[in-house]
Amino acid sequence: MSILVGPDTRLVVQGITGNEGTFHTLRDRAYGTSVVAGVTPGKAGHDVDGIPVYDTVGDAVREQGANTAMVFVPARFAAEAILESADAGVALVVCITEGIPVQDMATVHSHLRGGRTTLVGPNCPGVISPGTANVGIIPGEICTPGRVGLVSRSGTLVYQIVHELTQRGLGQSTCVGMGGDPVHGLGFIEALAMFQDDPETDLVVLTGEIGGDDEERAAAFVADHVTKPVVGYIAGFEAPPGKRMGHAGAIVTGSRGTAAAKAEALEASGVAVARTPSQVAELVVEALR
Amino acid sequence: MDLYEHQGKDLFRAHEIPTSRGILAETPEEAAEATRTLGGRAVVKVQVQVGGRGKGGGVVLVDSPERASEEAARMLSADFKGHEVNRVLVEEQLPIAQEYYTSMLLDRSAGSYLAMMTAEGGMDIEELARTRPEALRRVHIDALLGLRTFHVRELAGVLPSQAREGAGDVLRGMFQLLRERDATLVEINPLVLLEDGRVVALDAKVTIDDNALFRHEDLESLKAAFPIDPVQARADEKGLQYVKLDGNVGIIGNGAGLVMSTLDVVAQAGAEAANFLDVGGGASADQMATSLEVVLSDPAVAVVFINIFGGITRCDLVAEGILAALDRVDAQVPVVVRLDGTNAEEGRAILAEAAHPRIVVAATMLEAAERAASAANGAAA
Repeated sequence: MSILVGPDTRLVVQGITGNEGTFHTLRDRAYGTSVVAGVTPGKAGHDVDGIPVYDTVGDAVREQGANTAMVFVPARFAAEAILESADAGVALVVCITEGIPVQDMATVHSHLRGGRTTLVGPNCPGVISPGTANVGIIPGEICTPGRVGLVSRSGTLVYQIVHELTQRGLGQSTCVGMGGDPVHGLGFIEALAMFQDDPETDLVVLTGEIGGDDEERAAAFVADHVTKPVVGYIAGFEAPPGKRMGHAGAIVTGSRGTAAAKAEALEASGVAVARTPSQVAELVVEALR
Repeated sequence: MDLYEHQGKDLFRAHEIPTSRGILAETPEEAAEATRTLGGRAVVKVQVQVGGRGKGGGVVLVDSPERASEEAARMLSADFKGHEVNRVLVEEQLPIAQEYYTSMLLDRSAGSYLAMMTAEGGMDIEELARTRPEALRRVHIDALLGLRTFHVRELAGVLPSQAREGAGDVLRGMFQLLRERDATLVEINPLVLLEDGRVVALDAKVTIDDNALFRHEDLESLKAAFPIDPVQARADEKGLQYVKLDGNVGIIGNGAGLVMSTLDVVAQAGAEAANFLDVGGGASADQMATSLEVVLSDPAVAVVFINIFGGITRCDLVAEGILAALDRVDAQVPVVVRLDGTNAEEGRAILAEAAHPRIVVAATMLEAAERAASAANGAAA
């Protein structure tokens, strides 16, 4: 089964004709993802290595039955692209684009709330269900099919931790990069709920970082709703307050959003929290024993 | 991007939020002249992008141009909490009846705006929210619905009746500023009721979303007033995410999360990072060379730790990039390199073959952190 993406995914890529868009679309297709369409306004009738390009997501849905969208549109147009996919009835939108104004994301957040579309990202590496579908930029070769679910705010930490898991023979059901922006779509809680319900996931790895309270809220959710073992990792213990550490959302404000508080909250909910990325794999092995 | 008070107040005036009359001064003489213009009495306020000015001697009432000159001279001659001071704001003194607090911000957890108001001026707002939450009115504002009349009534209702109308105007101005200028925070502390019944913003704290600067050329230009750090400027120019820290292990990595994690493992190994630097996805030779230049320009750096996880980026190309960078940059300190992920073995082989005298190759992130820490501590001893 896995979550979010899999054999049933029919992908439309928004911004398919840009350099990044084309490159990653073809990688995802080579991985086995069913890429059915691309969208670039004004480029209808063209194709990208055989993938038909349309002017609108609506056309891609009507003509090709797209049910998942991947957004590679530049930041200033990306929120519009997400809204377009949602209104075209696409069930899952994965937005890779970094640097979207947070106000635009607040508008998207408000529009999507209570609707049928799930957003992953923005500013994220995407979602991969090893062996079946890759929607995004996570390098497929470091993953291997298996029963560990992973959800992370950071992209490179997905890679690092997946790599460590794979090296120890621990395959993954689905890896979700939820992105480093302050206002984002799917969060830890939604991912945890999906993994909890997924019969092919035995354990969830949750990778957080400084800023906001996503991890604290996830900890509360784990305590109340998650029976599968959860292993955590938090980056940014050494980050000083008030300094933005690369990600737009990675900032300790006053005494809030520290790594220590997040690790503590998770541990209080019974989550084993690793101190290094390598230790994550060790704790996963222990938890599954 | 955090604005100076005087820049925030310019925006306030543009959005019809009442402020006190003020004149910017860059020298003690200008401060004295400004005080004369304002009638001989004034408030002199240090202009820095950090809070806590009142308690730190950064806001002083003066009753003569001479006193204004003295205070300005004192403020301009030293850093304020580690921040360079180039300007003071000289403002008129106003007859204050009461002090309040208000703010509007983008609440990341809720994905909407949050407006807050309290009649208790001069309080630490986090403290107030904890100890007496009933005294702090909090209203969430949906991004699509915007600020509604009932929001304004709800917020201003926490104030005495004579201040409500004025406070309502302030709230409408704040929301307009938030929306039209892509602010993520507008804070007024204190908001004051004057003896004549006017409600005026005595302070202005405004943060603008860096991601939205492309649609605000006028705000982008405000950066010209910020202190210039040449190292930071060079990093910005190349699109590198660089944050200066206090230790002596220079850090270069790809991806914000991995770099944060690298700072942590270096600390666990017993040393302190000198910086955060995210070289970005590509990690090309040029990016790597610039990163090394930026990190090595910090004289505290005793060792550099390059931590790369090759995903889309192949480690053999990264290894070549590091070697090319070291051709361009004359590193006087050891450079510990950890490559993992795609083509990591090829990358390590390239570095081994080059046998560069400065490069130390480590197999894992933890081993690299330990090597970097021991080099850093050896250098410090």
